[in-house]
Amino acid sequence: MADSTSKPDRALPSFLELVGYAAIGAGFALLLAKSEAISWFRIQEMFRFQSFHMYGLLGSAVLTAGVSLHLLKRSGARARNGERIEIEDKEGTPGMVRYWAGGTLFGIGWGLLGACPGPLYTLVGGGVTVYLVALVAALAGTFLYGLVKDRLPH
Amino acid sequence: MIEFLSQPWPWWVAGPLIGLVVPVLLLFGARKFGISSSLKHLCAAGCGSKKPKFFDYDWRREGLWNLAFVAGLVGGGALAFGVLGAGGETGISAATWSDLAALGIERQAGPAPREVFGWDRLWTWAGGVSLIVGGLALGFGARWGGGCTSGHAITGLANRQWPSLVAVLGFFAGGLAVTHFVLPLLLGGGVDG
Repeated sequence: MADSTSKPDRALPSFLELVGYAAIGAGFALLLAKSEAISWFRIQEMFRFQSFHMYGLLGSAVLTAGVSLHLLKRSGARARNGERIEIEDKEGTPGMVRYWAGGTLFGIGWGLLGACPGPLYTLVGGGVTVYLVALVAALAGTFLYGLVKDRLPH
Repeated sequence: MIEFLSQPWPWWVAGPLIGLVVPVLLLFGARKFGISSSLKHLCAAGCGSKKPKFFDYDWRREGLWNLAFVAGLVGGGALAFGVLGAGGETGISAATWSDLAALGIERQAGPAPREVFGWDRLWTWAGGVSLIVGGLALGFGARWGGGCTSGHAITGLANRQWPSLVAVLGFFAGGLAVTHFVLPLLLGGGVDG
């Protein structure tokens, strides 16, 4: 997920809205779990190019997300709460160090865990509690980045 | 119906629906799909008054929705595993089973190999490195790279962002390196704790 640029006029979500976000998250977790995207074995299969499953999953997700984004932008639709729908461009140029270096480091984590952040939360909820260790380590990694950010090339 | 839902769902059912999370979040509250940001918001929420600049922002306005979203992921995980039979027999290819057997991983059900992931395996090389080093790299890399699979591979690519394509190539470079060079050392070399 990308760093969100500050929108100072953001309203604090209401309790009901938070329930709505949680419900969307729950639906997403069902999709991750039932498509086996949460499986270490599936990630291994993907990195060994031995099945189309994960590529089909990611590719078709990008396709529906892309078509919806296109339609939303063209129609000028607004969100339910009246806010304008916009996705800010990723900052800087594709050649920036942060994208390949940060991306590769993330990939090392993905390969070792066989799970990225969404599946980590889903696995913990599903009772595979040892992945809590990975979540805490990921929090530590995030915090560490915040500490050394200004000394890293970006 | 339950019978159908209890089977693993094919990619062509789950994939398009996963992509729809992007417009659903936008239409619901103009929020951009991304999960690793929740880790940043948790750091911001957990820091005291003297927080590093990176975490010094109004995490409630920026990130409370995101924390509710990931709480939903935990609940959805419980539902999927508890009611809908997730985490059972996996349908990976025979070729992958055979590769994994060479690394000492038996054919089994469940979402992760018991030889590596389990509280009783945490102090082995394979288990500890996978969870702790893997988690650190995941969290650090996601913020340095500005996103994870949801923010870059799904939202970023769908929004045709070149930086996201570079990041996703990085994800694969890192994952391929671990799979083909690190795991054989970690699992196959008789390294055990």
